[in-house]
Amino acid sequence: MYMHSPFKHIQAAHCESGVTNSLLRNAGIDKMTEPLAFGIGAGLFFVYVPFLKINGGPAIAFRSFPGIIFKQTCQSLGIPVTRKKFSSKEAARLFLDQCLSEDLAVGCQVGVYYLPYFPREYRFHFNAHNLIVYKKEKDHYLVSDPIMETVASLSEYELERVRFAKGALAPRGQLYYPSLQGQTIDDEKIKQAIRSGIRKNVFNMLHIPGPIAGVKGIAFTGRKIKKWRDRLGLTKAGLYLAQLVRMQEEIGTGGGGFRYIYAAFLQEAYDFHRIEELLAISGQFTRAGDCWRDAAIQAAGIYKGRLGSQHDFDAMGDYLLEISEMEKKAFTALSKIKWH
Amino acid sequence: MKKEDVPQDLSSLGKITTEICYATDEAGKYTTQPSRGWDVKIGALDVTWENVEKRVKEAQERMAKGEVSPLLYLMEKNVMDIAILADYTGFWKWRVRGHLKPGVFSRLSDKVLQKYAEVFNSTVEELKSMNVHA
Repeated sequence: MYMHSPFKHIQAAHCESGVTNSLLRNAGIDKMTEPLAFGIGAGLFFVYVPFLKINGGPAIAFRSFPGIIFKQTCQSLGIPVTRKKFSSKEAARLFLDQCLSEDLAVGCQVGVYYLPYFPREYRFHFNAHNLIVYKKEKDHYLVSDPIMETVASLSEYELERVRFAKGALAPRGQLYYPSLQGQTIDDEKIKQAIRSGIRKNVFNMLHIPGPIAGVKGIAFTGRKIKKWRDRLGLTKAGLYLAQLVRMQEEIGTGGGGFRYIYAAFLQEAYDFHRIEELLAISGQFTRAGDCWRDAAIQAAGIYKGRLGSQHDFDAMGDYLLEISEMEKKAFTALSKIKWH
Repeated sequence: MKKEDVPQDLSSLGKITTEICYATDEAGKYTTQPSRGWDVKIGALDVTWENVEKRVKEAQERMAKGEVSPLLYLMEKNVMDIAILADYTGFWKWRVRGHLKPGVFSRLSDKVLQKYAEVFNSTVEELKSMNVHA
């Protein structure tokens, strides 16, 4: 993808849909927006993997597996993608420099622990962050991180360190970019991509077998939470809930565990398809997002020590059971839409 | 969530950048609204870091008593666990687990210590001087 001269930084809510949106927009696809990238990329998800621990807490995700959004958005729009991993740091740097010398902006997967412009409080060993490198000036790289207001500059060493962060989901220097060769993306293509994104998201939320993923996963987590007080003790249960809230609301979700950004996507889908149900279902996701936020407030009561009885944990679990039902209805409605 | 309800509680990130939130305007149409942070999230981060600090302090006390090697303290201080430390050093997890014992640690070669020193941005001498186990 060759840039139509100067690269334009676009701030976004979520790193991967932000990078996808920004790379495509800078490649000249003016109709692209972050919600469209998120929805076409089937970004909405829920999974709780009970036997896995992240930072000593529960492994919970509100979005699909890292890399999926970019891949599916480009695929659905018929845009070829180049993605590379490297075993050698030297090769990773040379390849990046080669891209930049051709005025090619690239997405990079990085770890945030050593990312210098992040505040210390946000630096955990989390390796699925995404940013765009768009220029090299002497030995510094100019970086457009979609969750930040402005662009940043990283030295060769700093960028290498985050590109080769270690631990779960280690990026291994991974970079990617759309290889758009002059093809135009018309409204018809976007309409198709929207349908395909919704279809995939319906599958992920309703039909993945087993109890831990999708709307079943939300209810499963709700039932587990009710037992956390007895099983883990109040302090640890509080830490677990804090982790849930961080995954749900922390930088990069757009609020309400990505439910608002998905509601925004459905409104934009309406602009293309003019099917009234899309607006009504968008409203259902807004309410689901609101309910996630109410649940977060309940959780905060517990980890801040204001609440702590079994009754409070039951109420917390019930929020998730309710949300599971709401989202099941919303996705079932999406699956029944009659497309023109 | 309505645009005017997007929280603006100043967080440590909020001092550096706003975050984009998706919220609805008067007509119910989605738009983006920058946020400076939310108390609920600030609280979640606070308890998480309080827990990290508690673990660091415990590791430090156990190190001072000679119960564990300096590596446990440095691991906790760098918010790592054994899996992450193993990945950064290239050692197997069971080896890293052994290195956390002061007796095993005191017999480590400089070559092995150098690996840890690199990860923790320290030196071999510094690591050795931290070990209280004779």
